[in-house]
Amino acid sequence: MAKYYQPEIETASREEIIAIQNEKIRKQVKHVYENVAYYRDLMDKQGVKPEDIQTIDDIKKLPFLTKSDLRDAYPYGLLGTDLKNCVRIQSTSGTTGKRVVAFYTQQDIELWEECCARAIVAVGGNEDDVCQVCYGYGLFTGGPGLNGGSHKVGCLTLPMSSGNTDRQIQFMMDLGATILCCTPSYAAYIGESLKEKGYKPEDNKLKAGIFGAEPWTEEMRHNIEESLGIKAYDIYGLTETSGPGVSFECEEQTGMHINEDHFYAEIIDPETGEVLPEGEVGELVFTSLDKEAFPLLRYRTRDLCVLSRKPCSCGRTHVKMSKPMGRSDDMLIIRGVNVFPSQIETVLLNEGFTPNYQIIVDRVNNTDTIDINIELAPEKYSDRIKDIQAMEKGLEAAMRTMLGIGPKVHLVAPKTIVRSEGKAVRVIDNRKLH
Amino acid sequence: MAIKQISILLENKQGKLADITRALADAGINLRAMSIAETQEYGMLRLIVSDPQKVKDTLQDGTVVVETEVVAVKMSDDKGGLADVLKVFDKANVNIDYAYAFTGHADGLAYVVFRVDDNLAAEAMLKEAGFKLITQADL
Repeated sequence: MAKYYQPEIETASREEIIAIQNEKIRKQVKHVYENVAYYRDLMDKQGVKPEDIQTIDDIKKLPFLTKSDLRDAYPYGLLGTDLKNCVRIQSTSGTTGKRVVAFYTQQDIELWEECCARAIVAVGGNEDDVCQVCYGYGLFTGGPGLNGGSHKVGCLTLPMSSGNTDRQIQFMMDLGATILCCTPSYAAYIGESLKEKGYKPEDNKLKAGIFGAEPWTEEMRHNIEESLGIKAYDIYGLTETSGPGVSFECEEQTGMHINEDHFYAEIIDPETGEVLPEGEVGELVFTSLDKEAFPLLRYRTRDLCVLSRKPCSCGRTHVKMSKPMGRSDDMLIIRGVNVFPSQIETVLLNEGFTPNYQIIVDRVNNTDTIDINIELAPEKYSDRIKDIQAMEKGLEAAMRTMLGIGPKVHLVAPKTIVRSEGKAVRVIDNRKLH
Repeated sequence: MAIKQISILLENKQGKLADITRALADAGINLRAMSIAETQEYGMLRLIVSDPQKVKDTLQDGTVVVETEVVAVKMSDDKGGLADVLKVFDKANVNIDYAYAFTGHADGLAYVVFRVDDNLAAEAMLKEAGFKLITQADL
């Protein structure tokens, strides 16, 4: 069974990868400078010409792009080719209210799907597999990306899209799905639903899951692996660079290999923009080395993580990125304290609760309030109010220790927290700060 | 001998109790006894019904429904009736979490539902003291 989808590039030596990057960045900067007026202006302002970029190291000289640039340039301002060469758009889920529209040529789609195919083969996928894709299809990149990757590998693809869990489970069981692709929160939900229906983890044929598009913790991984009886792998990507498959986990499950022949990664200090050495935590910045239609250079992802070039036992040579440790967009500042939803998730799993929660932040009499609604699993039900209150008090104490501020915890009935397109709505901020 | 009690956790919001009881009525469930405990945030609706499973089937998603075994004792609807029962619990070292009472239909007796920490001990002692317990079949 093939271990790699494209072995020659996935296991290429460092020198070979750098040579590819050097060649591609020269071409790409020229392509962008000639075709994207918006970025040409940024380069001109910074006094950088395409000739100044000879090797991948010279990338430091280029200006950054941010989400606000994408908004300013919406919809066509960052288009790198004639519209008649484009065959597709995808768009962000808009969870933060700012949609991004990305364009693709047929070649862009091919390369994106190859990246997803690498991810599927890395979890043991081959033409004998039945790959159930329950990421949303449509504007969201999750469904189309994994769907394309699954085709390239030759799996039997079940294009389920998200939602309708009963039907997901019926197809999963009847057609013997072996690989599950969806958001981790939906995977956890499918696990709960299977249990509710009386299935044991060994009753399904699943062997692996490829889960991404939202932050999740190691505890959640163990939780999903147990409830579904699989190995759970992380996948990373963003619409701005293509979609899922920018990086993916291998059998080691210790970080995601970035497809460095297509995406060049840097870690910068989010304050100064200075490039940080390997091993330091900072903001992840991506350059698409060969995207034609939407060729973003030095795009700031807002994801905080670490890169590692430590040799990987899987044999892949591409740099690994850690799971994003936080996102400046997701970070809540409550009474002056930085709070990440992932911290709340960690507490819930440590305390034996399912990670179905919603944070509601408000401001009452000039003081921030934080309320956390948490779904109560049936095995924790009680007919005694004192039991429910004791659970709430226990969670409040554990949250206070983890977060440094004291939230009010409310236990709520299962399935009452709203999910949108398979993504749980984690944070509602009702403060009127602007 | 213990009977089944259904507890439903309610958000303390206007209309919640009405919604639930309407749903139960529409499903043809007759309430034999009920009590509501309340805190600032929750109400706990506790019910004795003839068909507990039907309540669970009716209220599925989005509701916390717990089935618990409780002891229901028949006693004379007369002064000291409850005190006599509690004396039995006291002797047997049975702790009561909560209790609620209802008076019977035609028999003129009073009924008290007890949630205790030890159903078996409570039942044995009550029987020994000559009290009649309500069974699931009586409902």
